[in-house]
Amino acid sequence: RGRAMGRAVGLAGLLVGLFLVPAVLVSTSLRHGAPRTEPTPEPAAWELAWDPVPEDSLWPLPQGLRTSRRQLRLVPARFQLVHGAGSSAGPDCGLLQDAFRRYYEYMFGQSRRGKRGRRPLGAQAEPELSQLQVVIESREPGCDSYPHLASSEAYHLTVAEPVAILKAVEVWGALRGLETFSQLVHENDYGSFLVNESEIDDFPRFAHRGILLDTSRHYLPLKSILTNLDAMAFNKFNVLHWHIVDDQSFPYQSIYFPELSDKGAYSYNHIYTPTDVHLVIEYARLRGIRVIPEFDTPGHTQSWGKGQKDLLTPCYNGEQPTGSFGPVNPILNTTYDFMTKFFKEISSVFPDAYIHLGGDEVNFDCWKSNPEVNEFMKKQGFGIDYAKLESYYIQKILDIVSSYNKGYMVWQEVFDNKAQLKPDTVVEVWMENNYAHELSSVTGAGFTAILAAPWYLDYISYGQDWKKYYSVEPLNFPGCEKQKKLLIGGEACLWGEFVDATNLTPRLWPRASAVGERLWSSRNVTNLQDAYKRLTNHRCRML
Amino acid sequence: AENEQPRETPCTQLLVFVATPGCDGFPSLDSKESYKLFVSEGFLLLTADAVWGALRGLETFSQLVGRDGNGMYYINKTEIVDFPRFAHRGLLLDTSRHYLPLRAILETLDVMAYNKFNVFHWHIVDDPSFPYESMTFPELSKQGAFNAMTHVYTAGDVQTVIEYARLRGIRVIAEFDTPGHTLSWGPGAPGLLTPCYLGKDPSGTYGPINPILNSTYQFVTSLFQEVSAVFPDFFLHLGGDEVDFTCWKSNPKIRAFMKEMGFGEDYKKLESFYIQRLLDIISSLGKGYIVWQEVFDNGVKVRPDTVIHVWKENSTPYMEEMANVTKAGYRALLSAPWYLNRISYGQDWMAAYQVEPLKFEGVAEQKGRVIGGEACMWGEYVDVTNLAPRLW
Repeated sequence: RGRAMGRAVGLAGLLVGLFLVPAVLVSTSLRHGAPRTEPTPEPAAWELAWDPVPEDSLWPLPQGLRTSRRQLRLVPARFQLVHGAGSSAGPDCGLLQDAFRRYYEYMFGQSRRGKRGRRPLGAQAEPELSQLQVVIESREPGCDSYPHLASSEAYHLTVAEPVAILKAVEVWGALRGLETFSQLVHENDYGSFLVNESEIDDFPRFAHRGILLDTSRHYLPLKSILTNLDAMAFNKFNVLHWHIVDDQSFPYQSIYFPELSDKGAYSYNHIYTPTDVHLVIEYARLRGIRVIPEFDTPGHTQSWGKGQKDLLTPCYNGEQPTGSFGPVNPILNTTYDFMTKFFKEISSVFPDAYIHLGGDEVNFDCWKSNPEVNEFMKKQGFGIDYAKLESYYIQKILDIVSSYNKGYMVWQEVFDNKAQLKPDTVVEVWMENNYAHELSSVTGAGFTAILAAPWYLDYISYGQDWKKYYSVEPLNFPGCEKQKKLLIGGEACLWGEFVDATNLTPRLWPRASAVGERLWSSRNVTNLQDAYKRLTNHRCRML
Repeated sequence: AENEQPRETPCTQLLVFVATPGCDGFPSLDSKESYKLFVSEGFLLLTADAVWGALRGLETFSQLVGRDGNGMYYINKTEIVDFPRFAHRGLLLDTSRHYLPLRAILETLDVMAYNKFNVFHWHIVDDPSFPYESMTFPELSKQGAFNAMTHVYTAGDVQTVIEYARLRGIRVIAEFDTPGHTLSWGPGAPGLLTPCYLGKDPSGTYGPINPILNSTYQFVTSLFQEVSAVFPDFFLHLGGDEVDFTCWKSNPKIRAFMKEMGFGEDYKKLESFYIQRLLDIISSLGKGYIVWQEVFDNGVKVRPDTVIHVWKENSTPYMEEMANVTKAGYRALLSAPWYLNRISYGQDWMAAYQVEPLKFEGVAEQKGRVIGGEACMWGEYVDVTNLAPRLW
């Protein structure tokens, strides 16, 4: 990550008056990243005397931010990120140790900078900030655990001499706070590192803030995925929705069913070994990012059929099989035996509490053509309603996955087609047509929802389309307060039909940043001019 | 499958035979790019009239070489006779909206060679920045570049680009677009741009180049003297597009000039007045010129060997414009359907592919005046982080 834009921000820092940012809310107690609640506006301490002028390069904009004109200097050779007194995390907290090193490098560049600045500061210089102390408050800091939906990502950052203090309930909040702190540090025209005295009280508006990557339409090398996780961390995204397999290819190397990738991947070079998968999960964990894999069935499964005979439904033309296949065959016991074993593996490989089971765009034509399937339909009394067959299948999968103590996410069709879902199912709304209505229906039925529909970033177009993504207000749907609480977040999706490692990064970023702020920052942070200013700075920093 | 063909004796050389010497020259519009390629048992021959054809043939040859499952390189028996349909096959890069580091330009030239493009249209300066380091007017880039130390093309850089291109049979046609698109010229050349007025007083903002001052023409002469010497191609692109008349209209001195010249309220006449003098200057420097279509549309008197660059998609359907331009006797370049900066979802390459440049009403002689076209990658939303995947 470059530090090229120090100049502009430095000048701005020198020119600022006393800026108070009434970024809304801010109750005195820290919020614990639970399913979002509408914040209660609290005036007084945070009320401004001037017009609001948020910091020039913070992204996403923190919930509560107050900065002063007073600047402090950081000397790379001496500045340290350390564990503060009273923290429940210490030097044995690998996650924080790793983060300290990473953020030091982001702020000061390579270590050669560390050699400079050994001379004592002159009398005129700004006071020196010697440390950022990180204090984790909960008795269970979370150093060795995985982030989850209810993890606390809240943090409180006080930047004042001689040391800055970053308090967070859990390590996840500390990661978010470190990112913000690194965004506050800027380089002035003389090459000095400065930070304005500030106080920040921050937490995410929505608990589920995801990016969907599709590694089936095009294989994405590990490096690409890891770079993307870095970018996600810069933008406080906390979920990688890994749409790992689909019709086109099956790159996931399964331990129980090696043939799936042997026969289904584009080539042996286009697979994710168990080691690769673990690397992604751990790299994500160190950045406070959950990895939710999606094994989409019963549609979108052409590539599964290459390595697993009899899994897919054979299509018929009259009495003859055509040789082509359709969705997963829902009438065979072998299907469920396979799924039981397969999801046992998935449940143990992926530590997150949730697995995404897909369930979208099931084409019924093949089922309709198959005489055995029709026979089954008759026996079950489904008539000609194939949605019932789809639900029959889905329900059995849901039960299988539940038995492994996993929660599940599904695409909206599973809800629309009236399958029996467990109450903690998360329904992902993706169809653009009238998605507000869908959100009402899903939450009205008592299910948690996440929104993807307006954020299909693979749909590129000319010009500044980030504005369109930024202007989405997820809670703009008819519903009572209780319903709105069920919308736990959203995802920016980058489907892979036209995307591979050669163009992923510039296509996804910084457009996805717009979604990142929408999901983290307060509802009233909507000013496009201000966003443009901060986003251009943020984008250069991300490079 | 492919492994079942009997292998012939391995081929050891590709003989390249060029009829006319010219290794040290620059490619031009008239360069011959035709070649013939013969591949048969133990005998590989590439013949071309000129070195430029040899380059094209080498590219083709490299595309014919395959590698089988055992890692063996092979080539099928082949006979190719090839030549370009259009002589001017260009790519426009915009280094003013965003600076492009040298390596991005050189990389683009490589990929152009893979695709047999032969003109690099370098839209080097414009409103947002002036990265061209001029010897005659060093202040232009000092004041006009995004960063005068880091976001400039030194004389050395420019020569590097020209030579790198030459070695790939690619002409470099520089565009110094005037009188509009010149805001970045202002800081380094005080008095060059028209001061706009708000009522009786200057507003503090500036417009196109001031066409009524002698100093303007002195400046332009000196600058283009340098540019003509620096860029060896016969053609220069002089721009002439999207001139906004508002500022001119607001300036009392200009209004006075309009009256004096009897132009009435027709500012197109003032634009033409400027352009005509510019074209004369360029001609006297021994260069030919390409201009955007407005120069033709606005009735400017141009030399018969002017090339008109058709870029507008909306006002007149571009095929109609192509017909008009060629009917009037001028040569034409087509870019209108090939603005690759205008991205959209899906396989938009098909729309570009399906364009038929000669699909307009006209006689054969007219059609012969279409010398080719250019794909344009304007830089408003493009820099080194996304240029390559957006363009190719």
